[in-house]
Amino acid sequence: MSVEVRLPTVLRPRAGGQTIVQANGATIGEVLADLVRSYPAMAGQLLTDEGSLHRFVNVYVNDDDVRYLEQLETKVADGDTVSILPAVAGG
Amino acid sequence: MAAVGSVLDLIGNTPLVEVSQLSPNPDVRILVKLEGQNPGGSIKDRIALSMVEEAEKEGVLSPAATLLEPTSGNTGIGLALVCRVKGYHLKVVLPSNVSLERRQALQLWGAEITESPGREGSNGAVRMAERFHAEHPEWVFLHQYANPANPKAHYEGTGPEIWRDCPEVTHLVAGLGTSGTLLGVGRFLRERNPRTQVWAVEPPAGEMVDGLRSLDDGYIPPIFSDLGGAELLDRKTIVAPRTSVEWTRRLASVGIFAGISSGAAMAGAAKCAESIDSGVIVVICADGGWKYLSTGVWTDDIDVVAERARRTIYF
Repeated sequence: MSVEVRLPTVLRPRAGGQTIVQANGATIGEVLADLVRSYPAMAGQLLTDEGSLHRFVNVYVNDDDVRYLEQLETKVADGDTVSILPAVAGG
Repeated sequence: MAAVGSVLDLIGNTPLVEVSQLSPNPDVRILVKLEGQNPGGSIKDRIALSMVEEAEKEGVLSPAATLLEPTSGNTGIGLALVCRVKGYHLKVVLPSNVSLERRQALQLWGAEITESPGREGSNGAVRMAERFHAEHPEWVFLHQYANPANPKAHYEGTGPEIWRDCPEVTHLVAGLGTSGTLLGVGRFLRERNPRTQVWAVEPPAGEMVDGLRSLDDGYIPPIFSDLGGAELLDRKTIVAPRTSVEWTRRLASVGIFAGISSGAAMAGAAKCAESIDSGVIVVICADGGWKYLSTGVWTDDIDVVAERARRTIYF
């Protein structure tokens, strides 16, 4: 599966300044692993050493936060949009 | 309604209004709870009063005390109102990119404003307030993101009101800011009916707030972690500024004059309605439209407004 990944401002320098990149995988975990393979500078930014999502990283498939879907096992389909955003306060 | 002794007695007991004509699914009803009807104009009046009264009970607020709070606007406005009536002094740390009316509403009740960098969003305001508090421990820092009196106001007020007015509710949809509304209302409704679904809506804030230096500048409200927010929520979805503006206008088309975050919440409710067979969704409209008139939400070209909203904090 090929998906479009939208990067937050803080991660763009680690992908040569790109806002949107392509990545492959059948699940979010695979997509993030592929992203790190293509852009090694992202290692440690997205996943913890234990392999779970970094506390302050929110990952969305077509606008839904994967933490409330199947986490890293969340399936993606061709043409899906994956967005990565930092956790931000409101109020 | 009988006459009341203080404007603070008008906080809460907001109306619930059916807007099912906007539902994309004929078998799903949608009702909006109009928090803009509070005297300070938003849902945050509830937590402002609750946090101040809790602090009074604990004896940490002496007469004429100074309070400090980071806020993107509404909590500050609610606190400014409560502090003006009760005789406290309020200092707020406010991101520079909030609407003009939010700033003016703070000033009209005498709050003193310190600006934090807009590009750092509310995260920057929280950090600056924490620094001020370290320098001035004599200032009372109620800290809405960490204060249990925030969700408590919703557990004891907003939640029971919804249950009283609409016990057939199956889904709650609300914006995620401090997470206090979702935690308090969500827990109350879930305790009454364990099948109640709780959906959170948020803006793609990380895109708007581009001044974060690294992902470690991220922020999760302590109340969200401490009170099991992740276990309570069934779904969390982002709504783009343009979609939020479109739904804010749709609300106006049925007579509901609400703020942009209410449009975002309605967009979330529409998505929810499309994903279920039948149900009754209650949507929290956190504030009214008044504070956004200067942003042209209802009158200017949609592309212009969407771009403007992208650069403004409205949650």
